[in-house]
Amino acid sequence: MTHVAVIDYGMGNLHSVAKALEHVGKRAGLPLEISVTADAAVLTAADRLVFPGVGAMRDCMAEIRRLCIDEILREQVRKKPVLAICVGMQALMQHSEENGGVDCIGLFAGRVRRFDDRMLDASGAVLKVPHMGWNRVRQTQAHAMWKNIPDNDHFYFVHSYYVAPDAPAEIAGEADYARPFAAAITHKNVFAVQFHPEKSQRNGLQLLENFLTWNGSP
Amino acid sequence: MSLAKRIIPCLDCDNGRVVKGVKFLDIRDAGDPVEIAKRYCDQGADEITFLDITASSQERSTTIHTVEAIASQVFIPLTVGGGIRKLQDIRNMLNAGADKVGINTSAVLNPGFVREAADRFGSQCIVVAIDAKRVSKPGEPLRWEIFTHGGRNPTGLDAVAWAKKMVSYGAGEILLTSMDRDGTKSGFDLELNLAISEAVSVPVIASGGVGNLQDLVDGIVKGKADAVLAASIFHFGEYTIPQAKQFMRERGVEMR
Repeated sequence: MTHVAVIDYGMGNLHSVAKALEHVGKRAGLPLEISVTADAAVLTAADRLVFPGVGAMRDCMAEIRRLCIDEILREQVRKKPVLAICVGMQALMQHSEENGGVDCIGLFAGRVRRFDDRMLDASGAVLKVPHMGWNRVRQTQAHAMWKNIPDNDHFYFVHSYYVAPDAPAEIAGEADYARPFAAAITHKNVFAVQFHPEKSQRNGLQLLENFLTWNGSP
Repeated sequence: MSLAKRIIPCLDCDNGRVVKGVKFLDIRDAGDPVEIAKRYCDQGADEITFLDITASSQERSTTIHTVEAIASQVFIPLTVGGGIRKLQDIRNMLNAGADKVGINTSAVLNPGFVREAADRFGSQCIVVAIDAKRVSKPGEPLRWEIFTHGGRNPTGLDAVAWAKKMVSYGAGEILLTSMDRDGTKSGFDLELNLAISEAVSVPVIASGGVGNLQDLVDGIVKGKADAVLAASIFHFGEYTIPQAKQFMRERGVEMR
């Protein structure tokens, strides 16, 4: 029995990610226990952690600090695989430009930046912000989390901010929106994605399935 | 350009069943929403929109159960609209598994509701649905007005100005339905689409009037829509999602 804890800090809908994990666990024949919780004891006992996030960074970080999720994460990433999603990924950086500037958890060196409002595509059309929809992800390094996922295939994104890690070696996947940006970053036990695997149909479910068996190294 | 354009099948649901009418008349039963949503997802639909047209609020719990059932089997984005009046309605739908909610009449009655909703839940999950009808006479500059209550009640609001206002209030996406075209299968109102899409910075979903696959291409290419929404052409088996995607891809539209 694998115990996956989805970290619940009160921001947004965790139903989708829990349901998607349940679905892939069943499909892969992996007995799973899924908790949706902020309880430090449960997060410490779990085999794997999922760190999702939706909403504005200032509110997210306020709840993360209030519930000591930042301290728990700093300790737990040394011990077990962690999958961060969307604002969860952004919260792992040092600082975000959102809400006039918010200090974040700082597990990755680098910042969270906003897409420009007046970006143009190759044909000169204005690119809309949020970047919303299905975009291709280039796998920039071989990784167990990309197993059975075609390179340069689609995942579902919805975000106005993106992460810019200081160390290019930490980028595991890139997507293009006017220019390339980090769609996935990784370091040791952490794999973090800007897209929503729980909403990315076949590819997303495969990534979640890969997470259930990933041993925490590339 | 690699962000794909989206095809969004729309399920109009009345008391737990998918229905589709022509201009709100002649309503036909199209089946079980969970089965239909799952079929579209398996076929490669990019999102699902679920519009609750149930008349009575007592039946709202049916809708929540249906949304829960869809969300536990369909792993693509799900938008739920119809009868969203309070922040608690949004909370309920998000908890049931919706990713976005569509707000229509309530936005017209109280525009501040959109601002409150976007502040609370984030713009990414607030879709403002606009039902617009052409009011300019032939030869006059084009003008569209907002109608509520399924196109029955005029509001006097200019559609382009309204869309801009809603985006400034925090709408993350506009679902734009032409009341003139809805259910007619005569194609989107492309001029309406273009006018709104060029006026706002957020994605616009074209809706109302799809009769064939060329209409979908036109909505994207001529109407500059970011996504196209259709119901009848898919529900009654005239076209499948893969057929639509292939047709659009062959005409140069980036598809997933």
